[in-house]
Order: sequence, then C-alpha cells, then structure tokens
Amino acid sequence: MSAAQLRLSQPAAGILQIQVSGSWTLASGMPSITEVEQAIEGGAELSRLCFDTGSLENWDSSLVNVVYQLARRSRHAGVPLDLSGLPDGLRELLDLAETVPAHQDDKDRGPDTSFLADVGADTVHFFRSASEILRFVGGVSVSIGRMLAGRARYRASDLFLIVQQVGAQALPIVSLISVLVGLILAFVGAVQLEQFGADIFIANLVGLGMVRDMGAMMTAIIMAGRTGAAYAAELGTMTVNEEIDALRTMGISPIDFLVVPRILALVLMMPLLTLYSDLMGILGGALVGTTLFDIGVYEYFRQTRSAVDLFDVFGGMFKGLVYGAIVAVSGCLRGMECGRSSAAVGAATTSAVVTSIVFIVVACAILTLIYNVLDI
Amino acid sequence: METADPQIRFDGVAVGYGDRIVQRDLNFSIGRGEIFAIMGPSGCGKSTLMRSAIGLLKPKEGRVLYGEESFWDVDPGRQRILMRTFGVMYQGGALWSSMSLAENIALPLMEFTGLGQGEAADIASLKLALVGLAGFEAYYPSEISGGMRKRAAIARAMALDPDTLFLDEPSAGLDPISSKLLDELVVSLRDSLGTTIVIVSHELYSILSICDNSVFLDTETSTMLASGNPRQLRDTCDNQQVRQFLTRGAP
Repeated sequence: MSAAQLRLSQPAAGILQIQVSGSWTLASGMPSITEVEQAIEGGAELSRLCFDTGSLENWDSSLVNVVYQLARRSRHAGVPLDLSGLPDGLRELLDLAETVPAHQDDKDRGPDTSFLADVGADTVHFFRSASEILRFVGGVSVSIGRMLAGRARYRASDLFLIVQQVGAQALPIVSLISVLVGLILAFVGAVQLEQFGADIFIANLVGLGMVRDMGAMMTAIIMAGRTGAAYAAELGTMTVNEEIDALRTMGISPIDFLVVPRILALVLMMPLLTLYSDLMGILGGALVGTTLFDIGVYEYFRQTRSAVDLFDVFGGMFKGLVYGAIVAVSGCLRGMECGRSSAAVGAATTSAVVTSIVFIVVACAILTLIYNVLDI
Repeated sequence: METADPQIRFDGVAVGYGDRIVQRDLNFSIGRGEIFAIMGPSGCGKSTLMRSAIGLLKPKEGRVLYGEESFWDVDPGRQRILMRTFGVMYQGGALWSSMSLAENIALPLMEFTGLGQGEAADIASLKLALVGLAGFEAYYPSEISGGMRKRAAIARAMALDPDTLFLDEPSAGLDPISSKLLDELVVSLRDSLGTTIVIVSHELYSILSICDNSVFLDTETSTMLASGNPRQLRDTCDNQQVRQFLTRGAP
C-alpha cells in the first residue's frame, strides 16, 4: 500500500483538480492540505475545484476530513466544489456532515486575564459565597426548627444510619490518630521536662493538651476528611443524578430530608468522639510516661486527674460540637452547590474539606480567646 | 443463527452477575458490515450481553469469538488490541466531563494514531458534524442537553473508525429529527466504511427500518427466543411474544 498523497493539477483554465491517491487511514496520518488551501484562497481565478480518485486505494475518516476541510475553505473563497470524482460513500458522509448547519457560538470563551479583573471577580465571588453560606445556614436553622416542631420530613432510620456511620464507624481511625497524638505530645514535652526532673508533668501536658484542644481538633480534622468529604460527594452525586431535583418537585425540602439529619448526626456524635479521643490521647501519653520515663501507672493517672477539671473536659467537648457543625455544614453546603458533572463532585469534595479545616482553625482561635477571657 | 461472514460469534454464551445468570445458551453470529439489533423487553440483559461482547464482563459460560479468536481466551495484550477495534456508545453517554466535546473525541485519536493536535481537532469537528453537532466543539458535556450528549458520545465512539460500533440505546431520548439523522448516520457508516454496527435498542422504528439482523432476548426464559431479520420476524415469527414486541402489542 502506498502512502496517502494529494497532488494539484490544472486540466483546464480555471479548474483545479486534486488528485487523491494511496491508502488513507487515520493510523498512518494525513498529508498536509496547506498547498491546496493556498491555491484555493490564493486569489487564482478558479471556476471549479474537482477531485480525481483514480489511484485511491482505500480511505477512512482521514480523507473525509480533508475533503470536509477543503469544502469549507472553497465555500469561504466562493469556489464551486465538484464532488463527483469522490467515492459514493464519502459523498454520503459529507452530505450527512452538512445536514445540520454549524451552531453559531455566541459565548465569550476568551478569559480576561487582567490582574484587576481577576481581583474584582474573586472579591465578588467571595462575598457571593459568604452570602450563600449565610443563606444555607439560615435554611438549615429554619429546618431544624421545623424538625423540633415535628413538621420536617425526614426518615428516622436515615438519621440512625448516619449516626452509626459518623459515630461508631469512626472509632478505629479516631483511636489510632488520638493515641499517636498523645504519644507525640508526651515525647515533645518529656524532652524539655526531663531536664528539670519534672517528668511527672508529662501527664499534665498531655491531659490538658488533649482535653482542651487537641482531642477536639484532631477529631474534627479526621471527620472533615472522612465525613465532610463523604457528605459533599454523596449530595454532589445526588445533584448530578437529579435526585435532589426529584425531592424538590415532590415538595420535599432537600434540606429537611438530606441535610438536617446529616448535620444533627455529626453535631451529636462529635462531642462523644472528642471525649473518646481525649481518653485515647491520655492513654497514648501514659504509654510513653509509664514505659519510658519511670512514672507509675497510678501516679500518672492521679496526676492527670489533678490537672484536668470538668470545665476543661466540657470546654473541649463544646469545641468538638462547634467543629462538628462546621464540618457538617461545609460538607452539605458544597454538596448542594455542586455542578452537574463528575468533575464538579470532585471539586465539591475538595472544597468541603478545605472550607471545614479553615473554619475549624478560625473557630479554634475564637473559642480559645473566649475561654481565656472567661477564665475557663 | 449462522451468518456467512461472521465478525462476532456468540458460542453457547451465558452472562450474569455474581451467582445470577441473566441470559444463557446464546448462539448467534453478527455478520461483517451488518446492522444488528439486540432487542428485548427492559431488564432482559441486552446491555449485559453487550458488556460481555466489548470485554467488560466475562461470560459465565461459552465464548465470544472475533473472527477465530475467543476474546476471553487470548492474552490481555491481544484483548487490548481487539478492544481498539470497537467503538462503544454507552447508554448514558459516558463523556469525560472535564473535557470539551472536541477533546473527548480527540483523546483516542491522539493516543492511538500519529495525528497531531490540529489534525485530531479537525477530525473531532468532522465527527461532531456527522452527528449534527457542528459548532459545539468547545462545549463541555455539562453544558449540553441529554440528547446532544448521546450524539457526542456516538461521535466519540466513531473517533477511530472502528470495525465494530456498539450503540447502547442510541435513539432513546432523541427528538424524531435527531433520531432519523442518527439512523442515516448508522446506514452511511456501514455503507461507506463497512462498519459492523450492533445496536442495543427497543426503538421499533429504528430497528425495523435500518437493521439487517437481530436477536430477541427474553426475560422469563433467560435466553434468546428468536433471531433473524426484524421485518421477517415481525411478519412470520411463530413466537407470539416476539411478534407482539415488534408490532407494539398488536395480535
């Protein structure tokens, strides 16, 4: 089989003949059509453009494409095109390609890359998304009110299932991370405290560190990656599959039916998970204190008990509750805002985790300040 | 049912999921250059059978032969080469949502041919024009309607000029004009490029007007009830269920 070729000839004045020869397959590539395009658009007085396919061996879309492109060029240049020399099947496909006129794109797809325009657009986007968050939180509050009044539509079985998913099923990962955080805190503190012979205060450091902040914070970060992302992906996929639209058209509020049970489940479970994380962290600290620093088990736990009071525990659990609300609202909000493509689901999931972590850190700073002012 | 020049042969094939057999004892061939319909009521296993033909679901029993090669018995490298000779349009379109329509079509061209970016883009424009979507190259799947997504998916399936084109419910959800255009495209592809086209469908008008051959799958008996030219089946088939299906329930 010989290579695909295009040759130009002029059998008569004003007639440009394109000789198509060889084997035309997509796999072997296409010859350049620049020369033919130049001949068509080059100003030569052409009355007709025709084809000679006498030496054509076989063809596929590569030849159809070349003729299609040339047909467009010749139409643009006002040169009549004579397709009679082409195989019947090829002409049939060309006819089909031109059956529906090309869609005229009125969309402006050119991105405005000016710095000021970008800053402006981002600022507008920031305020718009802030107002969307407020609107969503408002909607959720109204829904919770409806739920408390017994007027919200949701399935109790869904709520219990979500409670199980975000609570009991999260225990293994919370255990692992919390024990390790307790271990790390104990090691970091021990290096300094050992210099003053104050090893026993490892218990104070780990106990207070876990109970006041680290327990809630670590649990929240785990839940942001685990549950917040899952909420966003689940609700996002439901948006893509028009399941949320289906609820709306049936007069069922998706906030009542889907969002509130998820938020309630996480808000209820987070303080408990935080408490569990505190205990696991203290256990991790004890492991280091009792095995590497010659502190007795009883002594370690007595010291922890003397350092940590109930206000510390409840303060940490309250932080957990706030973080839980942040993670749940972020996950559900991003899921409900999701576009209608699989890429949008990925973006919603990422955005849910990022939003959760940013707001968790902000909330932690604010709550720590308030606790200090209130002397808790 | 044996065809003179078979492109695909189902030899005692049974398909299903887990322990469940959806269809069994399937023996029929699809001839080279034929437009072949796999038809039957909803849930009878048409799409499942297609999945086993395109290499996504191993049959529980039997062989799917491409020429003389049993797809599921050759090595994975050869399977990949065979798979490149198929073009598949999935029921929901399955366009890659992060790519524009032109990019969806250009991707297989860039991967499996020596074409440059510009040439692949030109071919993508042609394929879109063939399905009536000229001018929509820069659009993303989420920006077009469901029917348009289907047509774009057909354009992608045709990207490499496959030997065999599998179309899963191609006309479902299309307006009558687009549906007719699609039927014309299917016939043109067969006539001009010699493509074998396998259509999973229950769109009677399309089946009766363009298909040369067909197989009818049954839900209750979990096997094929009849095979042959759909117009002949409509007029002469002994099986009442097949005749009712092809005459929209008329006795």
